[in-house]
Amino acid sequence: MRKTAADPKGVLSGAHFLDGDHAIAEGALAAGCRFFAGYPITPSTETAERFAERCPGVGGLFIQMEDEIASIAALVGAAWGGQKVMTVTSGPGLSLMMENLGLAVMTETPMVIADVQRAGPSTGLPTLPGQQDMMQVRWGSHGDYRIIALSPDSPQECFDLTVEAFNLSETYRVPVFIMTDETVGHMHEKVVIPPAEEIMVVARNLYDGPKEDYRPYRFTGKDVAPMVRAGDGYRFHITGLTHDERGYPALTPAQNVKVVTHLIEKIDSNADKIIRLEEEEVEGAEVLVVSYGITSRIVSRAVQLAREAGIRTGTLRLITVWPFAERRIRELAGQVRAIVVPEINYGQMVREVERCAAGQCRVVSVPHCGGAVHDPDVILGAIQEACQ
Amino acid sequence: MSTAFDEETFRAESPMAEFLRMERMPHIWCPGCGIGTVVNCFAEAVKKSGIDMDKLAVVSGIGCSGRVAGYVKLDSIHSTHGRAIPVATGLKLANPDLKVVVVSGDGDIVGIGGNHFIHAARRNMDIMVICINNFTYGMTGGQVTPTTPQTANASTTPYGNYEYPFSLPFLADACGATYVARWTSLHARNITKSIREGLSHKGFSFIEVIAPCTTLYQRRNRLGDGMDALAYYREEAEVDKEVDTRNVGIDFQGDITMGRFVRREKPTYLEAVNERYANVLGDEYQLYGMTTPEREEKERREAEARAKAQALVEDEEARLMAEDFGVDEEGLG
Repeated sequence: MRKTAADPKGVLSGAHFLDGDHAIAEGALAAGCRFFAGYPITPSTETAERFAERCPGVGGLFIQMEDEIASIAALVGAAWGGQKVMTVTSGPGLSLMMENLGLAVMTETPMVIADVQRAGPSTGLPTLPGQQDMMQVRWGSHGDYRIIALSPDSPQECFDLTVEAFNLSETYRVPVFIMTDETVGHMHEKVVIPPAEEIMVVARNLYDGPKEDYRPYRFTGKDVAPMVRAGDGYRFHITGLTHDERGYPALTPAQNVKVVTHLIEKIDSNADKIIRLEEEEVEGAEVLVVSYGITSRIVSRAVQLAREAGIRTGTLRLITVWPFAERRIRELAGQVRAIVVPEINYGQMVREVERCAAGQCRVVSVPHCGGAVHDPDVILGAIQEACQ
Repeated sequence: MSTAFDEETFRAESPMAEFLRMERMPHIWCPGCGIGTVVNCFAEAVKKSGIDMDKLAVVSGIGCSGRVAGYVKLDSIHSTHGRAIPVATGLKLANPDLKVVVVSGDGDIVGIGGNHFIHAARRNMDIMVICINNFTYGMTGGQVTPTTPQTANASTTPYGNYEYPFSLPFLADACGATYVARWTSLHARNITKSIREGLSHKGFSFIEVIAPCTTLYQRRNRLGDGMDALAYYREEAEVDKEVDTRNVGIDFQGDITMGRFVRREKPTYLEAVNERYANVLGDEYQLYGMTTPEREEKERREAEARAKAQALVEDEEARLMAEDFGVDEEGLG
C-alpha cells in the first residue's frame, strides 16, 4: 500500500480543545475523506455537524440522508465514485446499517463508520454511554464475514484512530468501525493535530493496467484487488450476490467457499499486522484487566487502587477490538490467575476472552447495563475477589 | 439441412454487443417479460443520445428488474433490495461527471425503497429512475406490491388485492420530480425517446414502464400470455400529456393513461448546494477541488450539451413524422 503525506487542505494542524465526536470529523478530513452521508442520532451527531461545516472549505460534500440505511448505501456508491467515505451513528442507526454493511463487506468497499455507543436496547438511554454494540458490529449483518473495529479512549485517539481506520479500510477494502461511546464522544480534551506531512495516509489503490484486464476481485485471502473509479472507462460490475473475479454473479457453493474464505482470511491472516494493544505491567501480574474504550480510563483508577492494596495487576487495552487479540490473550491467560473484564454491557467481549483463555485461568466479567461508566470500586472489588 | 448454431458468432454479431455483457447471455427473464424491451430501448436511447458510455452508470436493486445492472456493459452496481437510489445518489455526488441511471422494479423502488424514492425526488437529485412496473414481486413468486391494482390476485392476496395502490407518476410529481413519464412496454419508441430526454434532463427524472409478468401476474390472473398483455396495452393505453397526475391511477385491466406528464426546470441537488455555498462563502468554496469559476464554466458547458441533445431528439422526431412512420404524433408527446 502506498502511504503518502496527508493533503494539507484537510488538516487542521495545531493544538485544539475538542470533544471526541469533533475529533473524529477532523481525523476523517485529515485522512482524505471528502464524502460524508449521515443521519442525525445522539450522541454521534456532532461529527456530522462538524463535517458539514468544514467540507465546503476543503472540497468535500456532506449529505444528510433520509435514514441510516440510505447513508451507508450512499457510501457504497460514493466509494466506487472514487471518494474516501464515512458516516457516524449510534446503536439504533447501526442496527439499520446492518443490511448494507453486508453489501459493503461483500463488494469489498472501503468505508469508515463511527459508532458513538449509547445504552440500549431500543431507544434506551440516548444521551448516556454504553458499550453494547460490540457484538452487533462483529456479527450483526447476516452471513460470515470479518470487519475491523478500533476503540478510542480519548478525543486524541478519536483523531488518531480515525486516520488509521481509513488506512486499514483502504488496505483491506473492508468497512472499519470506530467503536466509541457517549462519554468519549462528548468529552473535551486537548487534541494535537500534527502537520500534514507527519500524517501518513494510504491512498486509494487504483488500477491502471489495460481496461479489458481489470478484475475488481481476487480471492487470495491475503490481499485485495485494486479498485477503479466509475467514469474512468473500466465498466466494472459489483454485486451483493456471490461473484467471480469479474464481479459477475457466480451462484455456486464452490464459489461461495472462495468468496467467504477470502473475506475472512484477508483479515485473519493479517490480524497480527492489524491488531494494536496497550499493555501495562503484565509481566508477573496475578490479575490482568482487559478493557477498551472509556472503560480503560476507569480501569486505570481501579488498578492504581489494586496495586496500592498489594495486588500485582496488569492491564491490557484493546485498541483494536476486532479482529480480537486471540493469540495474546491466550498467552497471557497462561501467565495470570485471573482475567477481569469490565465493560459497559452485560458481558460481550468477555465471551471472547473466555474462549481464548480456554480454561487456563479464571475469567471474571464486570458487567454494567449502561448509562454510566463503572464505579472504580466495583472493578477493584472484582480484582480483589479474582485473586483470592 | 441444418445450420450449426455458433454461440460465439451469435454473441459477437449481436446488435447489442456494444451495450450488453454478451458473456452473461442468456439472461434470466421469462418469455414475454417486458424487462428486455426496456433494456433494448435503453440501449437505443444511449446510442442515439451520443452520450459517452464511459460516463454512464447503472444501479439496480433486487428482483427481476434488478438484474439489468448485471447485463449492461457500463459501470454498474447491483445493490440491495430497495437501496439502488441511495447508492446512485452516492455515486453521482462522489463523481458529478457521471450520468447515473437506476433501473429496478415496482416492489424495489416504491415498496421497500419508497422512502429513498420520495427523498431523491424531493432533492431533485440528478439521476434517472426507470421503474419497470409489472404489479408483482416476480423474483419471489408473485406477491402483491404497492402498485398492484385492487382485486388483482397475487400469491399473498389469494382472494384478490384489497389495498389501495400507488399511482407512480402522481407520487413522483408530488415529491418534486422534474421529469415524469409513463409508457407501456408496447410503446418502445416512446420509452426510447423518454430515456433520451431523461439522459439530457437536469434533475430527477422518472420513467414508469408498465410491463407484463407473464409467469406470475398474467397467469395467476388468467390474463393470457405476453401477447395478450400487449393487446391489452394497445386497447387500453392512451396518451394524455395534459392530464393532471392525480388522475392517472390504474384499475385492474382498466385504462392506462400514458405520456410525458411533467417536465420542469429546477436547480438540482448539487446546483442548490453550489449556489448556497457560493453565496455564503464566495471563492473560498470548492466542490471536489473545483473553484467557483471552474464550476461555473463546467455548468455552462453542460447546459450547452443538454440543449444540443434535446435538439437532436426533436430533429429526429420531425424526421420520423416526415417519413410517416405510422406512429401517432400524440404518442411521441
